[in-house]
Amino acid sequence: MSNLQAPILLVTIPLLAAFFAALGGMLHRKISFPIALIAIILSFHQSIIVLLKVVNDGVINYRIGGWMPPFGIEYVVDHLNAMVLVVITFVSLISIIYSKLIVERELPDKIPQFYTLYLLLTTGLLGITITGDAFNLYVLLEISALATYALLALGKDRALISTFNYLILGTIGASLYLLGVGHLYIATGSLNMADLFRILPSLSGNSAVMVGFILIIVGVWIKMAFFPAHGWLPNAYTYAPSSSICLIAPLMTKVSVYIMIRIMFSVFSAEFTFANIAWQTAVVWCSVIAIIGGSLQALAQRDFRKMLTFLVVAEVGYMVGGVWLANEIGISGAILHILNDALMTLCLFLVAGILIFKTQRHQLMDFRGMFRKMPVTMGAFIIGALSMIGVPPTCGFFSKWYLIQGAIEAGRWEFMAALIFSSLVNAVLFFRIIEIGHFQHETDSHDHAEEKISEAPAIMLIPLVVVAIALVVIGLYTNDIVTNVIQHAVPVL
Amino acid sequence: MKLIGLIVVIATGLLLLWGVTDFPDWADPQSPASTHLSPHFLTESIEETAVPNVVTSVLGDYRGFDTMLETTVVFAAGIAVYTLLRRSRRKDLREKPEMIEEELPHQALIVKTICRLMAPFMQLYALYVIAHGHHSPGGGFQGGVILGASFILLAIGFDLKMVLKRMREKTTLVLGILGVLIFSGIGMVCVLLEKNFLDYSALSAILPATDIIMARSHGILGVEIGVALAVMANLVLIYVNLSSDGKYERGL
Amino acid sequence: MEFLLAKYNYWFYILIMMVGFYAMISKNNLVKKMIGVSIFQAAIILFYVSIGAKRGATIPIIEHGHDAVHHIDPTAYINPLPHVLMLTAIVVSVSTLGVALALISKIYAKYGTIEEDEINEQLTDV
Repeated sequence: MSNLQAPILLVTIPLLAAFFAALGGMLHRKISFPIALIAIILSFHQSIIVLLKVVNDGVINYRIGGWMPPFGIEYVVDHLNAMVLVVITFVSLISIIYSKLIVERELPDKIPQFYTLYLLLTTGLLGITITGDAFNLYVLLEISALATYALLALGKDRALISTFNYLILGTIGASLYLLGVGHLYIATGSLNMADLFRILPSLSGNSAVMVGFILIIVGVWIKMAFFPAHGWLPNAYTYAPSSSICLIAPLMTKVSVYIMIRIMFSVFSAEFTFANIAWQTAVVWCSVIAIIGGSLQALAQRDFRKMLTFLVVAEVGYMVGGVWLANEIGISGAILHILNDALMTLCLFLVAGILIFKTQRHQLMDFRGMFRKMPVTMGAFIIGALSMIGVPPTCGFFSKWYLIQGAIEAGRWEFMAALIFSSLVNAVLFFRIIEIGHFQHETDSHDHAEEKISEAPAIMLIPLVVVAIALVVIGLYTNDIVTNVIQHAVPVL
Repeated sequence: MKLIGLIVVIATGLLLLWGVTDFPDWADPQSPASTHLSPHFLTESIEETAVPNVVTSVLGDYRGFDTMLETTVVFAAGIAVYTLLRRSRRKDLREKPEMIEEELPHQALIVKTICRLMAPFMQLYALYVIAHGHHSPGGGFQGGVILGASFILLAIGFDLKMVLKRMREKTTLVLGILGVLIFSGIGMVCVLLEKNFLDYSALSAILPATDIIMARSHGILGVEIGVALAVMANLVLIYVNLSSDGKYERGL
Repeated sequence: MEFLLAKYNYWFYILIMMVGFYAMISKNNLVKKMIGVSIFQAAIILFYVSIGAKRGATIPIIEHGHDAVHHIDPTAYINPLPHVLMLTAIVVSVSTLGVALALISKIYAKYGTIEEDEINEQLTDV
């Protein structure tokens, strides 16, 4: 039995902290924030330890309760989820620091509850990523889902009704996943992923296994808002409070993509998943529609937040399509894009949050004159935008490059065309905003309310700058990330 | 919309029907589900955990981590409902006209008396269900639900104030958190004793006169108590907030 | 016929599930939608519990457990694992229901209705 406790600690520290944040919050509402912050810093530290250990020594297995799998529940950390764990804890750390002031303004009487839910959501996402048990994943999925519903419903305008729609669809998605796991269980008698991987090849052609696969994949697609089940996402994310959206928007869809990859390659095998060419073509076409449709919808929006949510839908298309290209380059691109897209989305939502914090508005037109008033914020915005468009040396370029190469190798020209089209649309979108921000000066300079706007406070700016720098640094070190981490995560085809 | 719904439903139904064709027959003792994992649980449960009720030993020990997380799910739901509905500011409370405080005539003496009589017996039975989960059907969830139901029965029979007098909002919140803390705390104690998370055999080092097997049995009992507290408190919290719309006035 | 009878639990779980699924998608009233969700989840629970059944077996509580001398016959007891899993799933479905009802209650406070089309009308008017 290995004595390395880091895999379990990185999940249980935020979990325990959630309880202490709730308890401490009853004494004084200011106690919750330091508890949450310390817990996430510790968890981030543990995730780094795990990543280094995996890169140096290979896969880590951790038996919860000391029981041998498949009888007990097992944690398995390999290259793929070690990377995702670091991404989750990093995003969580950045946005908890960033959102301190926003929470105090947006939800002044619900601060302890906010941090409790925030920590539960982080725990859920980490647990989903690290677990090696198919049923355990379902429970964690529901923890993160419940926390997300509560956090999203605290928003304004249509937040309630769009969260309710999300709840219905999210429950359908999770239930389909559970049903699919049941199909696998009835066919194999096991719930452990590694055990399923061992048994399933002997059951090829069994209709229960096929149905189980379809149910799980469709359930996860609903959760990640993949076309045609994407309808819930834009409204749910647009009206959410900007304190929590910086955690939810970058991570929920990426973690769902991770679940899809895990199910496709670690529960089922690549041969099983890609056995049917017609399905593969259909999925790639769906992602093409998701990319093109998402980009066009984004172009039609006048609201900055809503525009970003449609870009999230398009980015989901990138990753799903990349995985279903069924070649190693495409899958590497998709995995790399999980990392990059989480940070790009984070960067842009942070900018949106600052804009709302300062002006209370989030229309595109509100960017007028922002370069003069908030040079640092807008500088970070430009880096995020360039990365979204895919301009080197930002990291967005490299994952897109891999995806395009994968598309060429697989001969899926429609996917390549969609990627290039979406880059062009992104370029139009973001240059329009940059133009508004840079060249259009205010028509009415006597407006007192707008005159007062200046740069955001340091506690919000520093996280934003860190993310912007990370976008460039990851771009520069893409090669190392691919050779050390992602290459080991891609199944041999 | 309805037509699309119908088509989706029929397509899903057909897909599931196709899946069933390859299922093993119902109640077949030779099905993979009955031959792969479950014989191990059934034959080893007593030897490894000293618990004759295999459902309890799987729930509390083999898959104890699932159980800890589902307790967390209840806690998350309790906090979510509380966050969404609880009105703390006076402004919110004044939104709607106050309900009439007079006694409703149909709340008859018989209902009240029966509820009052039932509650202690329910609670006693709940404690039995929790404590006897090792040997008979029962355990933390079942007992916790019965405990919660006894409070909800009082809230229906009398009104919310009656329950809130006996279990204040703060008490409910603290008990809910305490329940999950007991569970995860036992898990963390195992880590501190240099075993894996939730490996109750580590507890034999600190419990007097306990070998490794009995430590597992006691560990299961400990987490069941935590589960019961968390389930009870959070069910009451959810009910109280839902029925009074977060105002904690009189309820249904 | 033999084939149909041998799996009858599974046919009925699909039937029940589809009733719930249809309600979830097509009903206009938000509470009815949630009732659909509950039916759907109850069907999943029925499905899992059916997996656990074993002909000629009894509940998984080992008799005379503490003697520990006699041999335990695993075919005499039903499969405990699905029951454990469903205990978890029941709790999850109750929790989801609670949060959903809280949302519905807030929606009613805000819009004065829980019919989806009436809410959408109000939203498009603004």
